[in-house]
Amino acid sequence: MNKTFVFIVNKILRCLLLLFGVSLLAFTLLKLSPVDPVLASVNYDPNLTVEQYERIAEYYGLNKPEPVQYLSWLRNFLSGDMGMSLLHREPVADVIRQKAWASAALMGFSWVVSGLLGFLLGSVAAFRRGRLWDGIIKWLSYLQVTVPTFWIGLIFLLFFSVYLGWFPIGISVPIGRLVSDTSLIERFHHLVLPALTLSLLGIANVTLHTREKMIDVLNSEYVLFAKARGESDFQIFINHGIRNAVVPAITIHFTYFGELFGGSVLAEEVFSYPGLGATLTEAGLKGDTPLLLGITVIAAIFVFLGNTIADILNGLLNPALRSYPS
Amino acid sequence: MPLLQVNNLSVSFDQYGRGLERFVTTPIRSLSIEIGKGEILAVVGASGSGKSLLAHAIMGILPANAIVGGEIKFKGNLIDERSIKKYRGKQIAFIPQSVNYLDPSMKVKNQVRIGLPGIKSERIEKQEHLFEKFGLKKSDGDLYPFELSGGMMRRVLFTTSMISPDTELVIADEPTPGIHRSALDLVLNQLKTIADSGIGVMLITHDIISALKIADRVSVFKDGCTVDDIPASFFSADGESLENEYTRMLWKSLPEHSFMEAI
Repeated sequence: MNKTFVFIVNKILRCLLLLFGVSLLAFTLLKLSPVDPVLASVNYDPNLTVEQYERIAEYYGLNKPEPVQYLSWLRNFLSGDMGMSLLHREPVADVIRQKAWASAALMGFSWVVSGLLGFLLGSVAAFRRGRLWDGIIKWLSYLQVTVPTFWIGLIFLLFFSVYLGWFPIGISVPIGRLVSDTSLIERFHHLVLPALTLSLLGIANVTLHTREKMIDVLNSEYVLFAKARGESDFQIFINHGIRNAVVPAITIHFTYFGELFGGSVLAEEVFSYPGLGATLTEAGLKGDTPLLLGITVIAAIFVFLGNTIADILNGLLNPALRSYPS
Repeated sequence: MPLLQVNNLSVSFDQYGRGLERFVTTPIRSLSIEIGKGEILAVVGASGSGKSLLAHAIMGILPANAIVGGEIKFKGNLIDERSIKKYRGKQIAFIPQSVNYLDPSMKVKNQVRIGLPGIKSERIEKQEHLFEKFGLKKSDGDLYPFELSGGMMRRVLFTTSMISPDTELVIADEPTPGIHRSALDLVLNQLKTIADSGIGVMLITHDIISALKIADRVSVFKDGCTVDDIPASFFSADGESLENEYTRMLWKSLPEHSFMEAI
């Protein structure tokens, strides 16, 4: 009980420290960038007069010294106000809420698909280690790791959307239709390509880690004994392989949340998919500080959660690490 | 026809040393043993004499870089890594020597149930029956391997070999070290009962004294070779009837005998 309490307090403190660091860094980087947020907010309108410029700057508080700007953002953020987006002219919290679902669907789908595929491929490679299938799977994994997401996305677009015409070119609903008028199937149809692209990015990671762990399992004495008891390869996989290799695979897959978010930024950009990633890019390019900081903080919490879940799972699923009341 | 016949078996390992220099080690050079129906053969010898490797070679669970020579015959049929598959876990049962041979992430009752025939309720019943037979409590089944005591672990390993009704040969690799006197007698009696029902038993052990209580014959290994193969009754008193010098030394070196004089 006491241990759990210490664990939770420790995690929360770390998380707060992380968020402070991340927001400060993001703010600093944005202020160092050559983008002028006042000009960007009016779409670089050349007719903007000096007085108008100053009034906009004053309205958004952009005329104050930068540390003051950051501190006022921080004060508002701590009181639950994420500020107004310069681009959307809406509260940042509302913008994030609108975009978050599209991103959650994209990332959730990719995360599950890449996890399952990665675990299966890694297992096949381990069971066939040193043979043809192992070679093919390893080679594909190295290829995946080296090839950038956006490039794979473009190739998928060319092949599946343009050449084969199976999937739409972009965005999350058919062109010219309201979101509320689209069916679930139509939305899924739009989700497939970006999700596949993003999944592909994550497969190699799980595959290679699963392969290593599964080879350790297969070299273990308990698998020797399982063989001696007449278990087939398939039985060994079901009885011993999954339970002993799945914890590291899940752990590694939760720590992959960071790359998942990073990948979704690129995938959303390539497929013009309107999620948090594309919004983040837009906020960065147009100097929309409150929106950028808001999304950055949400992303940091998301990644932090992934790592924390990995931590907790590791303890829960591994009976040897579990502590017993004596 | 003997149940199991091993003729002139050799096992080598292909290894790579420093600078990828390839070399071959040969821990087993020439082993020959024979086990008949209902017979208990004790295999004794110092550590590193190749006892466990012999068991692994028969079961076809040597590492991939092993090279096996000679022949192993089960009921007159030559067996190798491929053809052993149809016997192991069925006609041939193996009792391994350490807790590492149990899956660390699975409750022991579920490990014993693997390979048991029948529907789930029958398997549970059979497993609980086996546990009872070997003096294990029902609640012991809920433990994970790392929670077992030495004696419990031996008995659990033992139950795993008792699952097939078709078993004709049991290979027990060091089933006795570290267990309590009463558990030891239980294990020995069980092996004896198995043998009396017509099953051949290969008992690999350090513990010659215990083995002699039940063994019919004794095979002595030294540095990967069979140096002696004699009836168990030859081991008596001060070992006068032991002709082989190494066997006599092994016998005399036991603490129960003239160990101090041998030095």
